[in-house]
Amino acid sequence: MTVDALPYTDFYKAKKGIWSWLFTLDHKRIALLYLYAIISFFLVGATLGILMRLELFQPGKDIIEPQTYNQIFTLHGVIMIFLFIIPSIPAIFGNFLLPLILGTDDVAFPKLNLLSFYLYVLGALFALSTLIFGDGPADTGWTFYAPYSVKTGTNVTMSVLAAFILGFSSILTGLNFIVTIHRLRTPGMGFNQMPLFSWALYATSWIQVLATPVIGITLLMIVAERVFGIGLFDPSIGGDPILYQHLFWIYSHPAVYIMALPAMGVVSEIIPTFAQRTIFGYKAIAYSSMAIAFIGYFVWGHHMFTSGMSGPAAIIFSILTFLVAIPTSIKVFNWLATLYKGSIVIDTPLLYALAFIFNFLIGGLTGLLLGALAADVHVHDTYFVVGHFHYVMFGGTGFAFFGALHYWFPKIWGRMYNKKVANTAFAIFLIGFNILYFPMLILGIMGMPRRYYDYLPEFTSLNQISTVGSWITVTGIILMLINLIVAARKGEKAPDNPWNGITLEWQTKSPPPLENFDKMPQIPEGGPYNFPNAYKHKH
Amino acid sequence: MDHTFHLPNSGHNFDAKSSKLGMWLFLYTELLLFGGLFLVYMVYRELNSEAFLLASFKLNVWMGTFNTVLLITSSMTIAMSITALQKGNKKLSVNLMWLTIIAALGFLVVKYFEWGAKFEHGLVPGMEHYDTLPMGERLYFYLYFFMTGLHGLHVIIGAIFILFVIRGVNKGTVTPERYSLSENAGLYWHLVDLVWIYLFPLFYLIH
Ligand code: HEM
Ligand SMILES: [Cu+2]
Repeated sequence: MTVDALPYTDFYKAKKGIWSWLFTLDHKRIALLYLYAIISFFLVGATLGILMRLELFQPGKDIIEPQTYNQIFTLHGVIMIFLFIIPSIPAIFGNFLLPLILGTDDVAFPKLNLLSFYLYVLGALFALSTLIFGDGPADTGWTFYAPYSVKTGTNVTMSVLAAFILGFSSILTGLNFIVTIHRLRTPGMGFNQMPLFSWALYATSWIQVLATPVIGITLLMIVAERVFGIGLFDPSIGGDPILYQHLFWIYSHPAVYIMALPAMGVVSEIIPTFAQRTIFGYKAIAYSSMAIAFIGYFVWGHHMFTSGMSGPAAIIFSILTFLVAIPTSIKVFNWLATLYKGSIVIDTPLLYALAFIFNFLIGGLTGLLLGALAADVHVHDTYFVVGHFHYVMFGGTGFAFFGALHYWFPKIWGRMYNKKVANTAFAIFLIGFNILYFPMLILGIMGMPRRYYDYLPEFTSLNQISTVGSWITVTGIILMLINLIVAARKGEKAPDNPWNGITLEWQTKSPPPLENFDKMPQIPEGGPYNFPNAYKHKH
Repeated sequence: MDHTFHLPNSGHNFDAKSSKLGMWLFLYTELLLFGGLFLVYMVYRELNSEAFLLASFKLNVWMGTFNTVLLITSSMTIAMSITALQKGNKKLSVNLMWLTIIAALGFLVVKYFEWGAKFEHGLVPGMEHYDTLPMGERLYFYLYFFMTGLHGLHVIIGAIFILFVIRGVNKGTVTPERYSLSENAGLYWHLVDLVWIYLFPLFYLIH
C-alpha cells in the first residue's frame, strides 16, 4: 500500500487553538466534539450499569440503598438513551460522513449544526445537574410515567427538561440532514445513487423531525404539572395517566428506529466493502428504511398491553408490530445475500457488522415475543424486557456504532489501529455481552421483575453469571478504546482507502482536508456499490 | 496543489431553496408540538364536554373575535410585504412589516386584558377559586392557559423574527433578489395565525 505523499493541510491542522474547535462550523470537527462528549457519557452510563450489576450479585442489600438504586437505573436509562444511543451514529458518523459520501464540503446549515451541539451540551448539563441540585436524580425510570413522576420529590423537572432540550438538538440535526440530502448531493448523484448510509440517515431524520416534538410537548406538560401543581395526568385531579403513556410512546417507539436505522445503514456500508461485491437488493434496503420509519409510527401501543387498552386496539397494535419485522428481515436477507459468493475479507469492521446481525436477531425475535399479546402479559416488566432492549440497543446499535468507529477510523484519524488487539477486544466484548444479557432473558421468563434492587434466592446463580458477564464486557470495551486511543496518536499511517471502499469518502485524503475534496469526486459507474473487480474475484 | 478548487454543491453557498425547505421542516415540528396539545384537548373535551361548554362561557368572545381579525389581517400585511419586496419596493415592504408587528402587539395587549380578567376572577390554576371549580372546568382552564400561553410565546417570537427581517432590509442583506429570510418570516407568521384559527373556535365558540 502506498501512502499519498503529496503535502496538504488536513482539517486538524487547517486552524489552530481551542476556539477554532469550540466555534468551528466544520462538520468534521463538530462530529469529533460529539464523539468525545458521547463516549464520555457512555462510560458514565456503563459505570452505573456495572454498579447495578454489582448490587445484584447476590440477593439482599449489598452496596446500594434501594432508593439510590432507583435513581441509578433512571440516570443510567436517561444517559444511555438520550445522551448516548440516540445521538451516537447520526451526530458523530452522520455529521462526519454525510457530506463526504454525498461529495460535498459541509451540511446545509453549518451554524445550525453547531447550535445542535451546544443544545446537546446544555441538555447534558441539565441531566447531570440533578446529581447536585434538588433532591437528587429522578427515581421514576427513564419513562417518567405519571402520576409518580408528578408526585415524587426527586428532581424530575430537571431530567425532563434535559430530555426536552436534547430533543431539540436531535430535531435540528435531523432537519439539517434532510436538507443536506435534498440539496447538496454531488452533481449526477440521484437519490438512487446515494450510499445506503445516507438513505438510513434520511429515514432517521424524518423520524427525528416528526416524532420528537410530541415528546417535547408531553414533557413540558409534566413540568407544568409539577411546577404549578395542577394536572393533566394525575388522576386525583381528573387527569389520565394512560394518556401520558400514549403520548410518551408515540415518540419513544419511533425513537427506537432513530436508534436502529442508522446502525442498519452502517452495516449496509460495511458488508459490501468487505465482500467486495455490489449490495444485493439496493432498493429493497433503501426503501425498507422508509417503510420501517413509516410503520414505526403506528405501533406504540405495544408498550401498553397491560396498562388498560381495549381488545381490538391491542390486536391491531400487535399485528402492526409484527409487520415491522418484515422490512427488517428484508434487510437481513439482503446482507446475507451480499456476502454469499463475495470475496470476503474478515477484518474488525466486518466482525462488528456480523455481531450486529447476530445480536439484533436475538433482540428482534424476543421483540416478537413481546409483541404477541398473550406472551407479553407474562413477561411484561420482567428482566426479559431488560434483556430484549439491551440486545437491540446495545448488541445492535452499540455494536454497529463501534463497527463504524473501526470502519471509518483510518479516514477520521489517518492512522490504522492494531488489528490483532482490535479483534481480541471484539471477541471479549461479544462474549461478555452475551454472558451479561442472555441470563436476563431466562430470568425474565422465570419471573424476575425489573427495577428492583433485590430478588428471590432462586434467581441467584443466573444473576451472578450476568454480573460476571458485565466485567468481561467492560474489559473488552476498555481494551478496544485503549487500542483506538493509542492508534489515533501513534498508529501507523493509513492510506486514503485502506478497505478498498468505493463510496466517495474513500476518494479523498485521510484525514480529509478542510474542504473535503480538492478535486471533483467521481461517482462509481453503474451504482454506488459497483466494485470494478468484484466479479473477477469470483471466477 | 490547487487551492482554488471549489465544489459547486458547497454547503457554504447561499441557497434559497435550502432555507425554505429547512423552514418548512421546522414548521412541521411546530405543528406537531401543538398537535400533541390538540390531542390532549380532544380527549378531555370528549370526557368532560358539559364542563368545557360551561367553562367556555367565561371567556370573552368579543375579545377573541377581535384578536382573530387582527391576526388574519396581519397575515395579509406580511404576505403583501413579501410581494412588495420581491417587486423592489423596499419602503412599502418595511412599512407593511411594521404594521404586522403593530398587529402582533395589539394581539398581545388584548390577551393581557383577557388574562388579567381571568386572574381577577380567580380562574387561574393555583388560585383558590380555581380549586373549587369542577374537575372538567379546571382542565379546561389549564389547557386554555397552556395553549394560549404557548401560542402567545410564538406571537412574540414571530414578531422578533420580523424585526430581524426589517433590520436585514435596512442593512441590505435582505434584498429583492435575496428575499428568503422575509419569506421564512412570513411562513412562520402564517403558522402563528393558523394555530390561532384553531384555538379560537376550540375555546371560545364551543356549543
Ligand atoms: C456496561 C453496560 C451496561 C450494563 C452493565 C447495563 C445494565 C443494566 C441493568 C442491570 C439494567 C436494569 C435495571 C433494573 O431494571 O433494575 C439496565 C437498565 C437499562 N439500560 Fe443498561 N446496561 C448497560 C448498557 C446499556 C446501554 C449501552 C444502553 C442503551 C443503549 C442501556 C440502556 C438501558 C435502559 C434504557 C435501561 C432501563 C432503565 C429503566 O428501567 O428506566 N444500557 N441496564
Ligand atoms: Cu416500541
